[in-house]
Amino acid sequence: METSMSNDRPIHQIIADLIPPGSRVLDLGCGDGALLAYLRDHRQCTGYGVELDDTKVIACVRRGVNVIQRNLEEGLSLFEDNSFDVVLQLDTLQHLRNTEAMLRETARIGRTGLVSFPNFAHWAHRLSVLRGRMPVTKTLPYQWYDTPNIRVSTLADFEVLARKNGLRILESFGLNGGEVVTRWPNLLASTAVFKFERG
Amino acid sequence: MSTLGVVTPASMHFGTPLSLQSGAVLRDYTLVYETYGRLNAGRSNAVLVCHALNASHHVAGLHADENGQPLPKSQGWWDNMIGPGKPLDTDKFFVIGINNPGSCFGSTGPMHTNPDTGKIYGADFPVVTVEDWVNAQARVLDRLGIDKLAAVLGGSLGGMQALSWTLQYPERVRHCVAVATAPNLSAQNIAFNEVARRAIVTDPDFHHGHFYEHGVIPRRGLRVARMIGHITYLSDDVMDEKFGRTMVGREAGEEPSYSTQNIEFQVESYLRYQGDKFSDYFDANTYLLITRALDYFDPARAHGGKLASALAKALAKFLVISFTTDWRFSPARSREIVKALVDNRHDVSYAEIDAPHGHDAFLLDDPRYHEVVRAYFERIALSLHEQVAPLSTLNGQAVRMAV
Repeated sequence: METSMSNDRPIHQIIADLIPPGSRVLDLGCGDGALLAYLRDHRQCTGYGVELDDTKVIACVRRGVNVIQRNLEEGLSLFEDNSFDVVLQLDTLQHLRNTEAMLRETARIGRTGLVSFPNFAHWAHRLSVLRGRMPVTKTLPYQWYDTPNIRVSTLADFEVLARKNGLRILESFGLNGGEVVTRWPNLLASTAVFKFERG
Repeated sequence: MSTLGVVTPASMHFGTPLSLQSGAVLRDYTLVYETYGRLNAGRSNAVLVCHALNASHHVAGLHADENGQPLPKSQGWWDNMIGPGKPLDTDKFFVIGINNPGSCFGSTGPMHTNPDTGKIYGADFPVVTVEDWVNAQARVLDRLGIDKLAAVLGGSLGGMQALSWTLQYPERVRHCVAVATAPNLSAQNIAFNEVARRAIVTDPDFHHGHFYEHGVIPRRGLRVARMIGHITYLSDDVMDEKFGRTMVGREAGEEPSYSTQNIEFQVESYLRYQGDKFSDYFDANTYLLITRALDYFDPARAHGGKLASALAKALAKFLVISFTTDWRFSPARSREIVKALVDNRHDVSYAEIDAPHGHDAFLLDDPRYHEVVRAYFERIALSLHEQVAPLSTLNGQAVRMAV
């Protein structure tokens, strides 16, 4: 799984602020475990990461972060209902074929879910499409033919999907260059962040 | 090649009876073991390595001949994993390998004299279980003055012992590394064991397990047992790659000999060779005992089949590793262990290594596999350092403490 969270301390802090101290956390697509290590060291959180990539699994183990090597596409039957306070899917959802099922699974396992993904409606992306080309930007750095982002969506799209699945959005905002964007996030933010629970 | 150099086995004699799970008692017994590296002053860096079916206490390093010269091909069965600078680094850890009772590599087994009768045990050697082995290993640690293991490590049947350690002596294990193992054997797995046992037991030279006094060895049975075992340790792909349909002494496209008895295919030659080699050094009764220990292992049995309940009392942190092409101890079985640990909120990491070699992969040196183990033990080594970091005075000099 790709993750852009690895060495991004400000984003770690922004995400960590949404997670109550001492929470039991499941990080789906946890990458090298940097966020989980941060949550452990600064927020007394416990839990597990799920990651497919060998190198990243080894990085997690080296950090002393609990990691379970698993392809998220194969489901989350490993985890019981309501077994985590928070389930994270940061920069992960857009890589999954079965996005909706995964979102439902997130809501089943966690009391709250926290997702982030590239916002396709960011003005820079819109401009690119207006010019007639698919966007290639910092948050969407790939060409259309080699992108691992097989699901592109916007803040507004996610709200619709969340409603359809009976999820209640607790918080939603955008991120741009490490800054929180609350004003017109669907236009001004390159990354979307949602915190939600079962409605 | 071994980096550990020459190692020497030692033995401990126990006069206190060992009560076995079956209700039988091992009244008097000897256990053979090896150690590598140095036990630190805090006695906190000990790692026990549990052996699988056909292995022993000789985990790493080389054995020497009577002149002290290293014997060729004598390196321990997990020498690629354990030694100075290896994933389990003997510069940092004190590693212990113990030969289990019932085995045929020096510890008391069916080829030894039963003190109650003065005769060789043979088939009368009591059935030993994984739990019995763990109890026996614990006695060795007691004598070595090791209260708590930094880690217990094992693959396959050795992984079962590692798991069992965390349940039988939860307070004595800080970390458990269980590789290519399972929470119990499937019916298919027991079936393979049964075929192997029947091959041995029906060999006319077996003499109901008392072949020693007849001066014979049930070689045919042992050979077939080993052949079937070997098939299950390899993946279909790796067998295809190793042997394919290659014929012995014939070019591709050449006519076969049309014989039902001759060795025709390379794979037959390989299996017969493995079988022959095995029958030279392995004991038939030991094979029966060890496969039975595999069959009986089932920590969930006492918990209504609920593995999560069985693992509730573990206090260790876990690393579980499986290999994608291992069909004898498949990843699905390792995931059962992981799920039961997660259900209990135990610390666990799980690596599923995409290796082509089947069950044998746990003994091979796939770099991803070895890196995971290395990373895990490095982490343990760091925590040891925190625990036993010497106190220092204000001007930075170490405070000497009597331990």
